[in-house]
Amino acid sequence: MRVWLPERISTYAPAIDRLFYIVLAITGTAFVLVQGTLLYFLVRYRGGAGRRATYTHGNTLVEIIWTAVPAAILIVLAFYSQRVWSYVRGTPPATDLQVQILAEQFAWNIRYAGPDGRFDTSDDITTINQLHLPVDEPVLLHLKSKDVIHSFFVPQFRVKQDAVPGITTRLWVQVTKAGTYDIACAELCGLGHYRMRGFLTAEPRDTFAQWLQAAELEQHPPPAPEPTAGEPGAESAPTSASAPSAPAPESQPASPTPQELLHP
Amino acid sequence: MNTQRVASIALMAIVTGIGCGGGRAQDAAARTEDAEQQAANVQLAETPETPVKAIRPAAASAATGGASLQGIVHWSGTAPTREKISMDADPVCQQQHAQAAYKEDVIVNNATLGNVLVYLKEGVSGSYSAPSTPVVLNQAGCMYKPHVAGIRVNQPLQIVNSDSTLHNINAKPTANRPFNVAQPVQGMKTDKTFTKPEVMVKFKCNVHPWMNAYLGVLEHPFFAVTGEDGSFTIAGVPDGTYVLEAWHEVYGAKTQNVTVSGGRVSPVEFTFSAQ
Amino acid sequence: MSTATQALPFWRKYLFATDHKVIGIQFLFTSLVMLLVGGLLAMLIRWQLGWPGQPLGFMEKIAPAGMPGGVMVPEFYNMLFTMHGSIMIFFAIIPLLVGVFGNYLIPLKIGAGDMAFPRLNMISFWLVPPAIAIVCTGFFLEGGAAASGWTAYAPLSTILGPGQVCWIVGVIVLGTSSIMGGLNYITTVINLRAPGLSFFRLPLSIWALFITAIITVMATPVLASALILLLCDSTLGTSFFLPAGLIIDGVAQAHSGGQVLLWQHLFWFYSHPAVYIMILPAMGIASEILPVFARKPLFGYHSMVYAIMGIAVLGFLVWAHHMFASGMNPTLGTSFMLSTMVIAVPSAIKTFNWLGTLWRGAIRLTTPMLHALAFVSMFVIGGLTGIFIAATPVDLYLHDTYFIVGHLHYVLFGGSLFGIFAGITFWFPKMFGRMLNETLGKLHFTLTFLGFNAVMFPMFILGIAGMPRRIYDYRQYTHLAHVGEMNQFMSVAAFLLGLAQLLFIANFFWSLFRGRKAGDNPWQATTLEWATSSPPPHGNFTTPPTVYRGPYEYSVPGRAQDWWPQNVPS
Repeated sequence: MRVWLPERISTYAPAIDRLFYIVLAITGTAFVLVQGTLLYFLVRYRGGAGRRATYTHGNTLVEIIWTAVPAAILIVLAFYSQRVWSYVRGTPPATDLQVQILAEQFAWNIRYAGPDGRFDTSDDITTINQLHLPVDEPVLLHLKSKDVIHSFFVPQFRVKQDAVPGITTRLWVQVTKAGTYDIACAELCGLGHYRMRGFLTAEPRDTFAQWLQAAELEQHPPPAPEPTAGEPGAESAPTSASAPSAPAPESQPASPTPQELLHP
Repeated sequence: MNTQRVASIALMAIVTGIGCGGGRAQDAAARTEDAEQQAANVQLAETPETPVKAIRPAAASAATGGASLQGIVHWSGTAPTREKISMDADPVCQQQHAQAAYKEDVIVNNATLGNVLVYLKEGVSGSYSAPSTPVVLNQAGCMYKPHVAGIRVNQPLQIVNSDSTLHNINAKPTANRPFNVAQPVQGMKTDKTFTKPEVMVKFKCNVHPWMNAYLGVLEHPFFAVTGEDGSFTIAGVPDGTYVLEAWHEVYGAKTQNVTVSGGRVSPVEFTFSAQ
Repeated sequence: MSTATQALPFWRKYLFATDHKVIGIQFLFTSLVMLLVGGLLAMLIRWQLGWPGQPLGFMEKIAPAGMPGGVMVPEFYNMLFTMHGSIMIFFAIIPLLVGVFGNYLIPLKIGAGDMAFPRLNMISFWLVPPAIAIVCTGFFLEGGAAASGWTAYAPLSTILGPGQVCWIVGVIVLGTSSIMGGLNYITTVINLRAPGLSFFRLPLSIWALFITAIITVMATPVLASALILLLCDSTLGTSFFLPAGLIIDGVAQAHSGGQVLLWQHLFWFYSHPAVYIMILPAMGIASEILPVFARKPLFGYHSMVYAIMGIAVLGFLVWAHHMFASGMNPTLGTSFMLSTMVIAVPSAIKTFNWLGTLWRGAIRLTTPMLHALAFVSMFVIGGLTGIFIAATPVDLYLHDTYFIVGHLHYVLFGGSLFGIFAGITFWFPKMFGRMLNETLGKLHFTLTFLGFNAVMFPMFILGIAGMPRRIYDYRQYTHLAHVGEMNQFMSVAAFLLGLAQLLFIANFFWSLFRGRKAGDNPWQATTLEWATSSPPPHGNFTTPPTVYRGPYEYSVPGRAQDWWPQNVPS
């Protein structure tokens, strides 16, 4: 496998890669010209018996040219970069899906708003390190941090965004290809920095919706018709149950205060 | 709480340029842990099927003679649900659990409460030298084994990483020296000792936020941790009057007086409840 | 004057000396030792990256906490790269370039007897060993040395323990030393130039050191203030860089009102100019050596001077290009991208002028010349790769990857360190009166040049492949599963590069005692330091020199000799 740019899976990745290759072409050319000239001069003008150097202090015209040309190239490059920059970092496209990512030493707390569409309410759906996103639609990520600076980096997106304590930073992305990818922390955050790895699952809208629904069911099971807690005879009979042998059903009776589960 | 940080010492330190010790150790004192906050998370329901191993580190084997103090910790009320741990945060952890893993903070079986540290809090006289055999705190399947245990002052603690993933062991005692060490490689062992008695020292792993354990550091061998049946035995308790404490990470501590005379003592009962 | 010196006791003459040459040589030995220490730390880093988690038996004895059983733990790895960066930048490269060459060369090259403030100079040196001691003490404290990177980003740097506090205090002390040195250099260059030595007859190395001193005096106080605030945040519980709502390790903190990004702004307001503190003197050295061994005047002297000034001014306007991914306003990103693109122009001018200097020269490939040429060649790579990360969108990808690590090593090793080697090998005869061995010197150069490129060039490739920097073990990431072999290659190259430095040490000490006598002007150079004996006496010149021409009059038509010293009357 080649050690080079990883695959591209965001809508802006091709634009960033194109810019990368343009810069590579410009700097590659400059590199070859300068190093080639240097080597040529070293061979051509190697001092020897009786050789005497040409006495000159410079040439104003040449100096103006080699000031103006790089300046012009760099300014043009800056303007071109600005177009890509405002695409990536400008106003994000309208989106139906927003995800909050709260970084901490050393985990990514992922939070979906749930049915009410608002974060930090009792119907939120949370995971640790597991970010699921639908493909082919723009998503807005809200990045926060509990403790120190972290940086959300999916190499295949071609962008990273720091999660800074005290402020919320935003990053929009539209994933173009389903698959599983790694999320790396790109800002030193302590001894577990290298291990602060998250998992991105990009999947078709349907699969994503199913996953989100399943997660919601698991975290917020619908209220069961059973009587309230504490009453004997219920499924969770406290005193008589022979606990070790009692199987734990997947969907448990309603928790009295589910929001507490979600705010550990 | 930061005002507690001995401003004058730090200032002196800056001025003299030798003050590299200024910052940190004192912090721990300010950080009474958040066990109580986490306590609120427990839900009511039934006990899951995962068998819970009896966790009873060798408690009083050193003591000879004396009474065998037996007892049970009861639970009153509805058994809380054990919270499921979602281990998909780290595939290495998840692979080791074919079935769901559950938190070990509240273990209620047959109206008894497990993982309670019961120990003689007051009244113990004389000094007891620490055993040289280490207490082993194992990290396996991204869980601490044991979850609650006792250890003696100056008794070696061996922390083992049995997982092929990074664990950091972040201990924040207040009387003892705090530490935070990482074990990146499977099979790594770290040895630590505690030099002062302290109930409890909390251990946690920042890579796997669900992982925590509690270690009670004691000067004497008179302690035990309740098993899955809520029972405990403290052997070799000499004659005397003691304050016995039962400590639970969620429901706090309860004490009662016990008297041992003529090598005999009546069984003890504690009762915890959600209220 | 020199008779008075003879009477001075040893400790006044060599230990607490006020002679700028002795101080320069004190800086030389101190910072070369630190260069060695920093290099050894790099070897450990490369061990871990080449063979992650593999035990290195003997290290258990040296660092039992950091490498239990010889296996490095991540917190120790973090200390290693933090201390490697800090030592190299603060205690090796800056003192070597500014401390050594500034002290040694400025009075000699401007025809002065000493610095304007010799005692301040002495203090500025004697603050360095305590600074080193304080920073390195961290290794021996509970919790170990500083581990938040050389950038010490808050809040991480406020919660790491006593080693990090040591780091902050030590860097403040070093900053004080830098400011004292800078004031001294500025005053000396302005006031103590020999008769006839107008500003535009100053050698380029002096111009570079002069401008560097101005940058130092303007930027370092900002760093010092920021560090004091950081120190307060980490020890006194203040909240300059710490916002409300922090929950560190599960414990809610009482801070409020601080700004995390403020630290980065203040830090880079110093540290980006500091990059130029670390490169301008090396540029000056190269500009000094190329004409000597091309036997030609420096091409475009005036534009070289203006380029240095341009870099100095623009250097203060580009700091936030380190923060494109930090969450700062994207519009700021645009302006800092523009200023960063513009600052590449003076660097380009300098490169072309160096090439122009070689054009139609009569090039002598001595060891100092080889190092100076390597400086030009490697600095070009450092500069060109800077354009990738100046382009904001590309930086979003390459920021905090190995591409950055490669870039900064091409600037600071390929640039600064080759400049330093060029300077040491060039002025060694003046400092110690003896020549370095050319064969050993060229062997050292060749191995260093090859080894350096073999270690650092693959870093660009790794960065392009998405390998984050400051990563203890990269193998878990699926997109990095296949970069192990490349890392092993780099590590082997790094060990060879490290071994090659033994040649330099051997050559240095062998030549110090056994080298061929140098004579006053072994390189047939024109500037004033070559007009006095090697080493120069206390007071530098037996008769104060007068300057009649510019510094680079080589191969002047109609003259028998192909060099025309500045102090020889027409």
